[in-house]
Amino acid sequence: MKGVRHYPGFLAITVLCLVVLYAPLLVIMAYSFNGSTSITTWGGLSLHWYVDVFTGAEAARFGQAAWNSLTIAVIAATASTAIATAAAVAMIRGGTFRGKRATFALINMPLMVPEIVTAVATLIFFAMIGLTTGYLTILIAHVTFCIPFAYLPIAARLQGIEGHYEQAARDLYASRWQAFRLILLPLMAPGVVSGYLLAFIISLDDFIITNFVKGAGMETLPTAIFGSVKQGIKPNIMAISTLMLVVSILFVALSYLINRKGRRSP
Amino acid sequence: MSDAIDIRRVVKRYGTFTALHGVSLTIRDNEFFTLLGPSGCGKTTLLRMIAGFEDVTQGEILLFGQNIAGLEPDHRPVNTVFQNYALFPHMSVLDNVAFGLKMKGMAAGPRRARAGKMLEMVHLSAFADRLPAQLSGGQQQRVALARALAPEPRVLLLDEPLSALDLKLRQAMRVELKQLQEDTGITFIFVTHDQEEALTMSDRIAVMSAGHVQQIGSARDIYEAPVNRFVADFIGETNLLEVEVASVQAGMARVVLPGGQQVTCPSATDTLGRHALSIRPERLSLIAAEGDMTATVERVVYLGTDLQLLMRLDGGADMQVRIQNSARTDVPQIGARLGLRIEEGAARLLAD
Ligand SMILES: Nc1ncnc2c1ncn2[C@@H]1O[C@H](COP(=O)(O)OP(=O)(O)OP(=O)(O)O)[C@@H](O)[C@H]1O
Ligand SMILES: [Mg+2]
Repeated sequence: MKGVRHYPGFLAITVLCLVVLYAPLLVIMAYSFNGSTSITTWGGLSLHWYVDVFTGAEAARFGQAAWNSLTIAVIAATASTAIATAAAVAMIRGGTFRGKRATFALINMPLMVPEIVTAVATLIFFAMIGLTTGYLTILIAHVTFCIPFAYLPIAARLQGIEGHYEQAARDLYASRWQAFRLILLPLMAPGVVSGYLLAFIISLDDFIITNFVKGAGMETLPTAIFGSVKQGIKPNIMAISTLMLVVSILFVALSYLINRKGRRSP
Repeated sequence: MSDAIDIRRVVKRYGTFTALHGVSLTIRDNEFFTLLGPSGCGKTTLLRMIAGFEDVTQGEILLFGQNIAGLEPDHRPVNTVFQNYALFPHMSVLDNVAFGLKMKGMAAGPRRARAGKMLEMVHLSAFADRLPAQLSGGQQQRVALARALAPEPRVLLLDEPLSALDLKLRQAMRVELKQLQEDTGITFIFVTHDQEEALTMSDRIAVMSAGHVQQIGSARDIYEAPVNRFVADFIGETNLLEVEVASVQAGMARVVLPGGQQVTCPSATDTLGRHALSIRPERLSLIAAEGDMTATVERVVYLGTDLQLLMRLDGGADMQVRIQNSARTDVPQIGARLGLRIEEGAARLLAD
């Protein structure tokens, strides 16, 4: 059999994809170390813009936005992971019950619904029930759309754990709760951690829904960056973007590593 | 002796499929009781109902006189050795064995001491700190046994615990299991589809097929006095001959063999007509080709301790004969015509 390399156009398509995907990221990363104030001409290597991020004119604004982003991501990831774990146990260990397929569809629907639709709908919903937009509305929206992302790795992991471990625990005088806490939860931990990290990243990264439900004066990092870029791109944005990219990559790598370790020793 | 378990007309249905059709059996305290039957006959299902993992559709199960319907598995004084062991992969061997004691609320000190003792009993003290994945199959099996015995259950359920082991280990474990049962005095309910395993270890055996109990009795009972074709055929090897029953009286029947010879034998039926006669291959002996049953040797299979002869009766039926492979045996030639003699009491008339 011929290797994939020998398919016609393989090289061209690969290079094209890589360039389109990664060239902009590389440019941003490189220019975040640019010594000049221009975003197009190279002025030598410098950490100037990183210093500017933490001490410059916009530092306070971005600091507050970063803090909001971080606390929202932590709370949203925690809440959605807890909900997703409960949902996964119910779906996979709950036997057959009426409306199981419908439940599965409902849990995963947010992945399919266009984000802009969810954003508009959520905003209208908050307006209808009279909830003032702000930190709380962002948080509620984030918890909601993070659930399916947390659910996927948790459910995948749980699916691979055979039911006889819990039965053995029950047989050895463990209550339902003890069997869950002492046996099932440790076994599904890699999936739970993976789900948590994924939810965290998704929350940290969200722009569209956040932008709709954040209300005046409230910013997360993505909305703050967007607001800043509207007035023209300054190199400090590149430094912030690079920092976010690094954090994201770290989290995804961590999630991957934990999942892989978990799979090796089930 | 009291009864450990009393199973009364238990039916189990999965949707429209009936896995157990009204099973009744009584297991005595301190007994080594075996459920024996082919794959899919409902052995595991019955065991899981005793353990509390499966609801009873109909009928009832009494544990030391108490109806256990509605009792959760953690409230039954019954422990299980699972077919695939189900050792907790994230806990050390010692913690696995101590788990049941911990759940019963035993303090850490005595718990570890007792778990240690249990490991000693199964010769695994040196492996206390390992994870289950770092043990061989036979060692895992012993851990599962120690874990299930540690909380001192009144009944131990074992679901084909030896099936994953190799032959030598399996034979050694049979002896050990039997010894353990006698030492602890715990009632063992042992599930297997291996008849040799059942015959060598059990006080009594229930032979099951397709959700029915076919016969309950000691190893000797079910081997020597099978009640029907299924039991006769499943336990050991046997020749089944279609015969005409001439008369039956007080458990003895007079039957006409295919060659016209009449023999008297114990009977599991009291109706006349055509029935199956079971004759064990080792209860037939070879004589010179005369008399009523003559047969031709078609194959000779060398089994080491025995020789197995596959023969064809003059009437057309196939017969298996087993003779001891002693130094004095002259091995019959293929194509030789020989007479067969049924030893006294060797044949048995079956019910169906
Ligand atoms: N959860 C279930 N749903 C539907 N049918 C089932 C279920 N569990 C078992 N059965 C059926 O019930 C019958 C008895 O199963 P059981 O597991 O008790 O067999 P077994 O005697 O233990 O066989 P083996 O020796 O292969 O383990 C089988 O025909 C099986 O297909
Ligand atoms: Mg089974």
